[in-house]
Amino acid sequence: MKTQWKISPYLYILPAFALLFLFRMIPVAMSLVIGFFEWGITGSGTFIGLKNYIAMFKDELFWKSLSNTVWFVVMVVPTSIILPLIFANLLNQITKLKSLFRIMYFLPYVTSLVAVSIVWKIIFSEQAGLANHFLSLFGIPPLGWLAESTGIFKLIFGSGWPDWAAGPSLALCSIAIMTAWKSLGYNTILYLAGLQNISKVYYEAADIDGASKFRQFWNITLPLVSPTTFYVLIMTTISTFQAFSQVYLMTDKGGPLNSTKLIVYYIYERGFDALDMGYASAVALFLFAILLILTIIQMRGEKKVFY
Amino acid sequence: MKEKIRLGIIYALLAIFGLFMIVPFVWMVSTSLMTQSEFNKQEAVFIPKEEYHVWNTDGGQRRILVVQTEADSSVIHVLNKDLKIEQEYIKVPTKQIEKIVKKPSLHWDNYKKAFNKVPFAIYFKNTLFVSFASLIGVMITSFLAAYAFARMEFKGKQLIFLMFLSMMMVPAPIYLISSYMLLDKFNWLDTYQALIVPWCVNIFTIFMFRQHFRSLPKELFDAAMIDGASTFGILWRIVLPLSKPIIATASVFTLISSWNSFMWPLVMTNRPELRVLQVGLSYFNQEASTQTTLLMAASTFSILPILILFFLAQKQIIASTAKTGMKD
Repeated sequence: MKTQWKISPYLYILPAFALLFLFRMIPVAMSLVIGFFEWGITGSGTFIGLKNYIAMFKDELFWKSLSNTVWFVVMVVPTSIILPLIFANLLNQITKLKSLFRIMYFLPYVTSLVAVSIVWKIIFSEQAGLANHFLSLFGIPPLGWLAESTGIFKLIFGSGWPDWAAGPSLALCSIAIMTAWKSLGYNTILYLAGLQNISKVYYEAADIDGASKFRQFWNITLPLVSPTTFYVLIMTTISTFQAFSQVYLMTDKGGPLNSTKLIVYYIYERGFDALDMGYASAVALFLFAILLILTIIQMRGEKKVFY
Repeated sequence: MKEKIRLGIIYALLAIFGLFMIVPFVWMVSTSLMTQSEFNKQEAVFIPKEEYHVWNTDGGQRRILVVQTEADSSVIHVLNKDLKIEQEYIKVPTKQIEKIVKKPSLHWDNYKKAFNKVPFAIYFKNTLFVSFASLIGVMITSFLAAYAFARMEFKGKQLIFLMFLSMMMVPAPIYLISSYMLLDKFNWLDTYQALIVPWCVNIFTIFMFRQHFRSLPKELFDAAMIDGASTFGILWRIVLPLSKPIIATASVFTLISSWNSFMWPLVMTNRPELRVLQVGLSYFNQEASTQTTLLMAASTFSILPILILFFLAQKQIIASTAKTGMKD
């Protein structure tokens, strides 16, 4: 009887552990070393030391895809924090139709990225897209959207604007709009849960003191909801860094002029189109390092910052 | 009064935001019901309508294309039933020509055309098979592991739990290439196993179940133990029936994520007969890139099952997103 008690916990964990070990831990461990090899199509590697990494730092396309990705994150993440915070606040103040709005907001999150990428690709199409139709209602001439490689700042400030400060292409901005749209509802639900944890007492006290709604939002809601903000910030950043399907489906191989080539798409392209798996793995490891640092910041921050 | 205006503004803002979230879906469905030429003309953006000319003759109405119109006579092409030109350049009196506007004119046959253009039936079958096979796997492995983590004491428990936790943190693109090489070594590329077996474990589900098992009263287990029930007996006869709601919620989450999974099957399979729905849809996106209305139809029917699932379980999905998103 006693020995049975000792063995059985491990038996219960075994199936999950075996699968995780084989299909997660081993690949993760492998990914740490693959970057130091050159892999032929035959599947046997030759050790080449840091050569992949040296090539990576000299590779213009790597830097281009990295800067695209940083711009992409800079556009998507603040949008997916500020808008959900605002709309969760509004949602928290009403009683009727609340669940209907919640369903509407959450809908994009559950639908497949492949399908909505196709839909948004057509929304952004030049001739018959919904986006240009919407602009035409305000008398704005049609834009090239996904076909436009010119930087957004250059489009706004005219052709006299310097090239080095042109900013992300309109094509990348289009993908950012779609990506933000997809994650807004999820973050709104997280914020709504965070807001519901704030005790009403604070607001009642503020009302007695005659504080305006805006002051209440700024001085009560914002600080008290900051754990949610921090969680949403890190989670959205990590997932935005991994965007792939949008680029695969909405653009022609990260075009025009590589302006929508995001880092994970570049990994895919080098690994599975060019079959240069060692190199692709080196880039993946670099991405891993970025995301790991972000995760560590999150864990540290979570302990310190809040109430 | 002031409060009423404030509420009115709040509702208006929420509605505008809601429209932004669902307009792409509305447009998707309405475009999927248009003819391609109607879509290209872009006259009615949301209402599938149809405009054409007919020639009223003594023998009845014929569909035509107008080539040239003048005050009393016009040149036309007469069309047959399949809308192909039957007679070219005929001169007829203009007053016999009539413009017809049909609104709405719903072309449901777009769905049939899209469905048969590439073998979507196979894609659906593959997705259903892969989703449900890995769902069963996830449920079994998670249930057992979560039970051990929640209710048993053993050496190395903390360490193993920490290992599970750390594996959840590693994003999929990091181990995509190494997984490909590993499955290549197993000779598993281009097989169903590659799509199912690695996804028969889900750390998130283990956490969900563990939380739930911890919330069950301890007395329940003690009583059963005194009655001489084995550990597995307790699990099967007592814990399982009490866990139905959480199993349902976890199943919905697992199904949605495996139904929508794209990058993994894209990389691990190549054979057309192994394509899952998302890969098939992306293939269709390349094949039919100019046939907008068919693309929209395919997008619509590919998200429909998940949409139905979502509407059935939306309360649980949203509630448990709110709960699990926030770690305590």
